[in-house]
Amino acid sequence: MTKKVKVYSTPTCLYCIRAKQFLKDNAVSFQDIDVSVNQEAAQEMIKSSGQMGVPVIDIDGELIVGFDKDRIKKALGI
Amino acid sequence: MYDLIIIGAGPAGITATVYAARKKMNFLVISGDIGGQAAWSGDIENYTGYQFITGPELSSKFEEHMRKYGIAMKEGESVLDIKKMDDRIIVKTDKGQYESRTAIIASGKRSRELSVPGEKEFKNRGLTYCATCDGPLFAGKDVAVIGGGNSALDAALQLMKIARRIYIVNIVSHLTGDSIMIEKVHESDIVTVMNNARVLEITGDRMVSGIRIRCDGEDKRIPVEGIFVEIGLIPNSYFAPDIEKNALGEIKVDCHNRTNIPGIFAAGDVTDVPEKQIIIAAGEGSKASLSAFKYLNQRR
Repeated sequence: MTKKVKVYSTPTCLYCIRAKQFLKDNAVSFQDIDVSVNQEAAQEMIKSSGQMGVPVIDIDGELIVGFDKDRIKKALGI
Repeated sequence: MYDLIIIGAGPAGITATVYAARKKMNFLVISGDIGGQAAWSGDIENYTGYQFITGPELSSKFEEHMRKYGIAMKEGESVLDIKKMDDRIIVKTDKGQYESRTAIIASGKRSRELSVPGEKEFKNRGLTYCATCDGPLFAGKDVAVIGGGNSALDAALQLMKIARRIYIVNIVSHLTGDSIMIEKVHESDIVTVMNNARVLEITGDRMVSGIRIRCDGEDKRIPVEGIFVEIGLIPNSYFAPDIEKNALGEIKVDCHNRTNIPGIFAAGDVTDVPEKQIIIAAGEGSKASLSAFKYLNQRR
């Protein structure tokens, strides 16, 4: 079953760029949410993750703060 | 056993890597991250060949250049120790141990912490050390930048495009960064510079709601939702106890990037090289790589 993946990011954060590249390299489709322009999504991210650092990666409701490759792999089962 | 282990993948480490790859050395790169401090920089206007480029863009170009050579790399590993035993250099990390004939320490610097109550609790909850990464989350908010040097001014300039009001909390009597940046900060009507001001405490509930400072002998509370700590940097040299350092903890190198231990070289911001600049770090990385190459050749 395909997992629903969302990436909360800003265009200036290198780890966001790297996290998204990692997902692309592994053929994982994701919703890219730019919190620098989408204030509503920014608030949603802060509320759900309890913090303000980007990237936040939401894999079927599991929130991963930062580009934690091992956790992302595990959550995706890859 | 490797010919060379490069510790760090910022401008110095990556340039050392490019040179080592072109000399076809058998080498390994160990780094916690890629890009180093350059990846955190805002706008870069002094790297020759680029009249304007952002830190993340330049870092990506560095990385692309390095990856072109299909290098051996341990990413996300922290070096815990480096020592020389007989003719072998042994590098211990949190995940393994590696041996080599030479090494280049290019581990750069990290942000200095404020060491005040609230700093740890509110990290990533309004307090950050990276305006480039996290700045956009503070759109329309009141924020404080702690510091008065170039990195604080760089953060303030980035935030001027985003935040509603910026307080620069500077511990000394005047800003110490480049004049061109100081001018820009003074011209802005959303920036308030507070000199002779020391941070006492970060306050808030779940997220940051303010800071308490002592300014001109008086305690003040400033309501802010964001705090950007930019009070300088400390060298990542703690894992090299046998290597000589200066009073700042920077690794001492000669003009061939040699440390006090033969076979161990160092380059970039972790060293006592005068001036910390991306272009200088890159140049030092190439020098260190060539020195390591020569060192190996003399011993074959």
